[in-house]
Amino acid sequence: MTLTDTLAETRTRTLKLVYFAWVRERIGLAEETVELPAEARTIADLVRWLKTRGEGYEAAFENEAIVRAAIDHTHVKPGAAIADAKEIAFFPPMTGG
Amino acid sequence: MTPVIRIQSEDFDLNAEIAALTAGRADIGAIVTFAGLCRDEGGTLAALELEHYPGMAEAEIGRVATEAAGRWPLSGLIAIHRYGMIRPGEQIVLVVAASAHRRAAFEAAEFMMDYLKTRAPFWKREHLVDGSIGGWVEAKGEDDKAAERWS
Repeated sequence: MTLTDTLAETRTRTLKLVYFAWVRERIGLAEETVELPAEARTIADLVRWLKTRGEGYEAAFENEAIVRAAIDHTHVKPGAAIADAKEIAFFPPMTGG
Repeated sequence: MTPVIRIQSEDFDLNAEIAALTAGRADIGAIVTFAGLCRDEGGTLAALELEHYPGMAEAEIGRVATEAAGRWPLSGLIAIHRYGMIRPGEQIVLVVAASAHRRAAFEAAEFMMDYLKTRAPFWKREHLVDGSIGGWVEAKGEDDKAAERWS
């Protein structure tokens, strides 16, 4: 692999996104696979990018502070690095129990 | 002590769970159980729909259980959470904490429920008796406070 190939590979990355409850309903999808732009390094970056993708996303992340995120099945804060995450989830505050 | 964690749509039998936990043992001196049931909300609720995040639900409850096992000397720990449509009067969640003495069992069961409410990825939606679908149940600030007192 040449250096150019390596750089190209870091530019976009395939990532699985999953949505639950009203986040899922507003976006209109339970899950999707996206090509993540290289500048999206944190969860907050990812949210900012998702909000540019349509009204449903805007509605889902209307109040960003409310929506929770998980990276590979673990809760994370908006500042968390995406790094080599395979699956990122977005959902409302939990109401189980 | 390996915690038993189950995420399932079918109902559970509290007595059968206790029997399985205590079978062939004589070291347990205290068992505290908590069962959460679906209320009818004054006759207005037809069912609660519970959505969950498969994989993470097990993982997160497992992490809470490991934390509980690190804080109290437990002889056994069970957490069962149902998903799908649950009718008023039916069971939703079960926590069983067993220990040699009562205090550890009481506290561990309460800790499990407080954290399960705020950390386990489950969401409730109301289905009303008039046939309409109500909104998603909103998270309560008091649940966050209940969990915070353990940290």
